[in-house]
This record gives sequence, C-alpha cells and structure tokens, in this order.
Amino acid sequence: MNRFLSYEKKDTWIHELSGVTKLIFFLLWSLTSAMTYDTRVLLVMIAVSLVVLKMSRTQFRQVSFVFRAILVFMVLNVIAIFVISPYEGCRIYGSRTDLVRLWGSCWLTKEQLFYLFNIVIKYFTIIPAVFTFLITTDPSELAASMNRIGISYKLTYALAISLRYIPDIQDEYHRIKNAQEARGIEMSGKAKLKDRIVRTASILFPLLFTTMERIDTVSNAMELRGFGKKKKRTWYSARPLKRNDYLVLILTVLFCAVSLFITYRDGSRFWNPFQ
Amino acid sequence: MEPIIEFKDYSFRYRSQTEPTVQDINLRIMPGEKVLIAGPSGSGKSTLAHTINALIPCSFPGETAGTLRVCGKDPQQEGVFGMSKLVGTVLQDTDGQFIGLTVAEDLAFALENDAVPQEQLKKRVDEIAGIVNLKDLLHHAPGELSGGQKQRVSMGGVLADDVKILLFDEPLANLDPATGKKTIALIDRILKEEDLTVVIIEHRLEDVLYRDVDRIVVIGEGRIVCDLPPDELLSTDILKEQGIREPLYVSALGYAGVTLRPEDHPQHIESMELAPYAESVRKWFTAAPAKAVPVSDAPALEVRDLNFSYTPGEPVLRGVSFRLNRGEMVALVGRNGAGKSTLASLICGFVKPDSGEILLGGKDISPLSIKERGEHVGLVMQSPNQMISKPMISEEVGLGLTVRGVPAAEVEERVGRALKICGLYPFRNWPVSALSFGQKKRVTIASILVMDPEILILDEPTAGQDYRHYTEIMEFLRRINRETGITILMITHDMHLMLEYTDRALVVADGTLLADKTPSAVLTDEALTEAADLKKTSLYDLAVRCGIEPPSEFVDRFIAYEREHMRRAEQEGGAQ
Repeated sequence: MNRFLSYEKKDTWIHELSGVTKLIFFLLWSLTSAMTYDTRVLLVMIAVSLVVLKMSRTQFRQVSFVFRAILVFMVLNVIAIFVISPYEGCRIYGSRTDLVRLWGSCWLTKEQLFYLFNIVIKYFTIIPAVFTFLITTDPSELAASMNRIGISYKLTYALAISLRYIPDIQDEYHRIKNAQEARGIEMSGKAKLKDRIVRTASILFPLLFTTMERIDTVSNAMELRGFGKKKKRTWYSARPLKRNDYLVLILTVLFCAVSLFITYRDGSRFWNPFQ
Repeated sequence: MEPIIEFKDYSFRYRSQTEPTVQDINLRIMPGEKVLIAGPSGSGKSTLAHTINALIPCSFPGETAGTLRVCGKDPQQEGVFGMSKLVGTVLQDTDGQFIGLTVAEDLAFALENDAVPQEQLKKRVDEIAGIVNLKDLLHHAPGELSGGQKQRVSMGGVLADDVKILLFDEPLANLDPATGKKTIALIDRILKEEDLTVVIIEHRLEDVLYRDVDRIVVIGEGRIVCDLPPDELLSTDILKEQGIREPLYVSALGYAGVTLRPEDHPQHIESMELAPYAESVRKWFTAAPAKAVPVSDAPALEVRDLNFSYTPGEPVLRGVSFRLNRGEMVALVGRNGAGKSTLASLICGFVKPDSGEILLGGKDISPLSIKERGEHVGLVMQSPNQMISKPMISEEVGLGLTVRGVPAAEVEERVGRALKICGLYPFRNWPVSALSFGQKKRVTIASILVMDPEILILDEPTAGQDYRHYTEIMEFLRRINRETGITILMITHDMHLMLEYTDRALVVADGTLLADKTPSAVLTDEALTEAADLKKTSLYDLAVRCGIEPPSEFVDRFIAYEREHMRRAEQEGGAQ
C-alpha cells in the first residue's frame, strides 16, 4: 500500500533534533525563501537544503508522489505568471532584452526568463526543507513541539491523531473500493468522467460512514481516558532541547539574517544582473 | 465490607426513548470480585456498563432514577473525567481506542492528560508494559501489532491510571479464539496481582468461563433476570430462555438427559464432576444418528499452488491449493494476519498472484477483471456500512445491475427476486437507514445475490452479533445455500459457526494451508488447533472424559442432533 510523506524512524542527527528546532528552522527558512529574490542567496539555500535532505537519508520513494504533485503545480504557476504578465521581469529589472517572438506582439525576454528561473529555484529551496521536516519529525513529537511554542494542545493533538488514522483510512478506502469494483462500479480510466464522479460517491459514502463510526469510538475512548480535562498536558514523546538543537537554531537565525541582509542591502529584494 | 459498585432501584431512560432501557436494577459488586454481565443485544447490558463509567448520562443524556454508587461516589456528579480515575474501560474496537502513535504513547495517554511530568511518565509506562507483556513492543505503531497485542495496549492504557475497577465491553468480539483465551487469562492474572474489581460484558459465555468468574448477572429486557454463581446458573434453563448460548458441553449433557447440579461444578469441563453422567452420555452417543455428509464433486472453484507476496521475498501465501465443490459451505479459519483476507482478495482479483492458478468452473480466471469476476464471485464485507452507498433499499440492491447497463425492467424483476430470497421484499421501498444491523447485512447480501454469482465469500458474517442474531444470519445463509445451490466461503473466527454451519474447514497459518477437513476433525485435533490459534471445542473434552472414541464422531453427532432439534422446533413453531 502506498503511503506518502509519513514519518519514518531512522538514526540520523536530524531525526535526533527536537521537533521545535525543526519547526522553527522550517518556518524561518520558508520565510527567508519567500522574501528573497536574490539568486545567489537562493542558490546557496538550495545547496544547503539538498545537503540536509541527503543527511536525513530520505529516499526518493518516500516523497516521489508529493514531489511530482508539487512539480505539476510549479509548472502551472510558471505558465500562469507568463500568460498573465509576460513582461513582469522587464518591469522588475528595468530593462528589456528580446530573445524570440512568440506570437503577435509578444516577445520572450531575457528578463522574464530570469524572473521565472528565480521562481523555480524558490520552489527548490523549500521542497527539500518540507520533505526533511515532515519525514524526520515524529508527528506526536511535532504536536508536543507546537504545543510548546504556544499552540493549544487540543489543536496540535488533533493534527497528530489525524496523522495516526490516515493509514487506517487509506486501508479502509482500498477495501471499500475493491468491494465496490467487484460489484461492477469501475473507477478505471475507461469510464466517462461524469460516471466516475457519480461512482466515486459509492466509495465516499461508505468511507464517510465508517469513518464517522470510528470518530465516535475514538472520541469516547479519548474522553474515557481524560483527554481535555486540564489546561495543560505533558507529552511522552517531547524531546528536550540539546546542544545540537541550540547550534542549529543559532545557525539558522544567523543564516537567515545574513541572507536577508545581502538581499536588501541595495534596497530591492531582486538581484539584478542586467545593470 | 462495603460494595464497590452498588445499584439501588436504578433506572435509566434515553432521552429519545419512551421506555427505560434498564429498570429496577439492584446489584452489589464487592471489591475484588469478577462479575460477568450477560444478555442478548438490546437487553440493556451495555447501557448498564456505561452508567458505571458515567458515559451515561454524561455523554448519552437521559433520565435516571434510583441511586448508583461507584467507590462511594455518584458517577453522574463525578462526570466522565472523574470516573476515569476509578473505572478503566476497555472497548470492543481495539483499533478505535488505540490513540497514540506508538504503544508507549498510548500507554501514557491518560497520564499525559493528567499532566504527569515526563520522567514519571516514562517510569510508569515501563511498569505497565511489564504488567501487560509489552516491553519489547513499546515503539511499535498500531499497524504493526496483532489484535491481541492491541487489546493488551488498551488494557495497559487504562491500568496506567491506577483504576480500581476494570470494565470490559465485549472484549472477545474481534479476537481469534486462541487470543481470546489468552486475554481471559491475562484479565484473571491482572485482577489477582493488581487488587482490582473486574466487570465483563460479553455474550460469549463459554469463552469467558475459561477462567473462574464469581458471578454471572443475566440481563433481559432491561431487568436483572438472575445473579448467580456460574455453577448454579449452568444448572438452570435461564440461559436458553434468554437466548444466550450455553457452553456446548452443557447443551450436550442436556441432550443426553442429564440434569446438572451446582455441586457438579459445571463451570469448567476439565474439572467438573462427570462420573455419574458418563454412562448416559455414552448411551446418547450410540443412539444418536451419524451426520449425513452431503457429497458433491462438481468443482465450483479450484485454487492450485497459489503463491503471493506484497513485497518480494516476504511471501504472504505459499503453495495454497484447495477446491470448493458446488453447493458447499466452507469455513476459512486461522489467526488474524494468517493470510485469509489475502486469499479472498486473490480470488476476487484485487491483487494478482505471483504464481499459481485460480479456476472457476474449470476455467482459468486470471484474464478476468475485478468487475468480471464480480459476476461469478460475490464478496460481502464484514460491516454493511462498508458497502451501502444508496439511500433506498431497492436502489442499493440493484446498483450492481444498473452500472452494468441492465434494462430497468429486468433490474426491477431481479431485485424483487433477491429481496424475496432475503426476506426483505416488504421493505423494498424503505430507506436503508430504517433497518436494523442484521437487516442491513441482508441488504448487502441481496445486493450481491442479485448478480447471480456462483460463489459467495463472506468476511466475518456474524462478528459482534449475539446468539439470536447470529442464528438468524446463519440460518438465512443456510437457506439460500439450499435454495439456490450457491457455494459459500466464510472467513471467520467463530468456532461455533464453523462447527455448526460448514461442511469443511480450510485452516490457514503463516501463509500455508495447514488442513482441509471437516470442522469436527479440525476442532478435535489438539496439535492443529494449537498451530493455527484455534480453540478445540469443549465437546472434545467431554467426549474424551466420557471415554468416547473417536471424539470427532461425537462432535458430528452432536451437531446433527442439534440441527434436527432446531428443525423440529421450527416446524412445531410453524404448525401452531
């Protein structure tokens, strides 16, 4: 059964880090990546995040599905930007170097290409960071971490427990889908789109009902064991911050500060090679 | 000594109902006792259990009358959280109550909610893991555990709280027989070591009685019918009257004309006094007619040397070969994870075998798609909720035909026929939601029968059903088997089902077919039941202790006698 983007226990220093550390790293990293359009900074970030991903010993099969999905989304994004605003790059970099005429009066420009290139590498700075974060962080430890940085434990536990039941629901989905297929309700590409949508309902309704039953049991079981009784709760899987955590946190803050400093030194968040 | 649980003239009525579900309950349970509450579905036994942990009336509102004290406290005032410190509840659904992502976290759950510091938490989890034998599995995820292990986690999870009372809500419902037996033994050990009081709600009486219980409280229609030690209860007819399954050896002794007395200690077949009765049992055996075995040798389904693995190198099934003859009813048994469901998936075409053949009526079905196989082999899933997707009964039953493009008039005609076979014709225009669980089950069977398959595969057809509903479903299956000649394969944990309703049992263990013989031969074979985690029938012990050879013949005659008995009772009922 294919399960994607789920935590896998491995023995690396990244797995050993506290969830808080990884969460803060991930947030600052994404923030920096979102703010900077400095190509040099972005390239360094890609390099660093790839090294981190490599060190976490993440295998491609663990992320392949989501990776492809993100790529599709990225391509759509790039096309959309190009269609909606074909001279965005020229506006940003203040110059225009035509390369090829595409259609009518629309030209492909060097500036636009460079701008789109920056967008693409921004994706690639974040993708490895997301993967590393999700694959190396135990969901309940993540819940503990988020609780520690001030988010209500009911909220964070809800997140952890949905991760807990995702595999169960996936299995149930496959069981129901198989049984309905045997009754003749085909999900394969052969059927027409309209039929497929109607037939999906024949899987979704049973799945919904069995899931509701499950939720009922789970919430009773949680209540019977005192969930939500107190304002605070402790966490079996919480990890205290260790030396490595502090090191990573300090390095992250430094790296992000320096990156943003370099980015904004000339008053613009774009690095302009055309001047 | 003060009772730890005391009901005085207690009644409860759900808000949505006009009649109280339990009434005039007077019951005292003393500290250290182990009490079994038995009764058919809908008798109010679960309601009674939920008043002890305060789910009633705190989560399921309604009106109470009379008093209830648990450890001297009123559950209604303490609330669910307050009672969770005193009463540990183990639910039937072992997956649903596994909340943590690993065993350790689940054991710690109650303590986490109490904000116990992490260091103490870890220490306590280690202690608890020791008590319920989970030390080596602390970091395993629920998906990696067997049903029995999950149940031990549930037990550990409530023990972590230092509770005084353990409340089990049908603990055996989802377990294979051998695991059920181990669970009962574990409950017994914990009770003795941890100074607890245990209340078990269960209708599988014989399995619970594997270890001593102090008292059995029988509930019928919301009232306490009796409250007796097991030896006394088994010497009465109360169980039969209330529709609860007697232990098989007690029934057999009854057929042999024996009237049991409490001083015979009929609680355990191994130790009860049999000397005065052995002669009558032997006499009954010689007089009882042998079971007629129906013979058919037209193969409906043949499986030849089937091999399968999800991941290469880790075979799930190895060299499995068997055949189902036309019109047979066959049981597929073995522990959870032995490969039973995988075998069904292979037959239905959900997964492809690595090697081997599956023949249907002599033809290889490997080129057929899932949908095409579905016209020959119908699969009925365990819970009707896993299958039902239409609001109206006739729509649901006709779904398989409609999507195949069968003309509306023919759909109507075939749906009508299937509904008649399943006794649902009068309800054809009803919404599915108005039906009971057993009726919904029949709707799902009708929705498969409508396609006229040659073979019906049922996954746990009677899971979670009490004796009455179990009999209803099984008699129904036997009837359609006789009337339509359909071949039925049932995946089951229920040894009674296999013994009473099937002609043959396929025993699977660790991916291989261990045995293919009559149920009575399987359940009287000590080595085989051990290897496949089954439980040998108490009829075997009875036969051995009465000196009857071979024991499997005794079992066969018992079943034949019982069938005859039931048929006659039915006819008499029909004649009146």
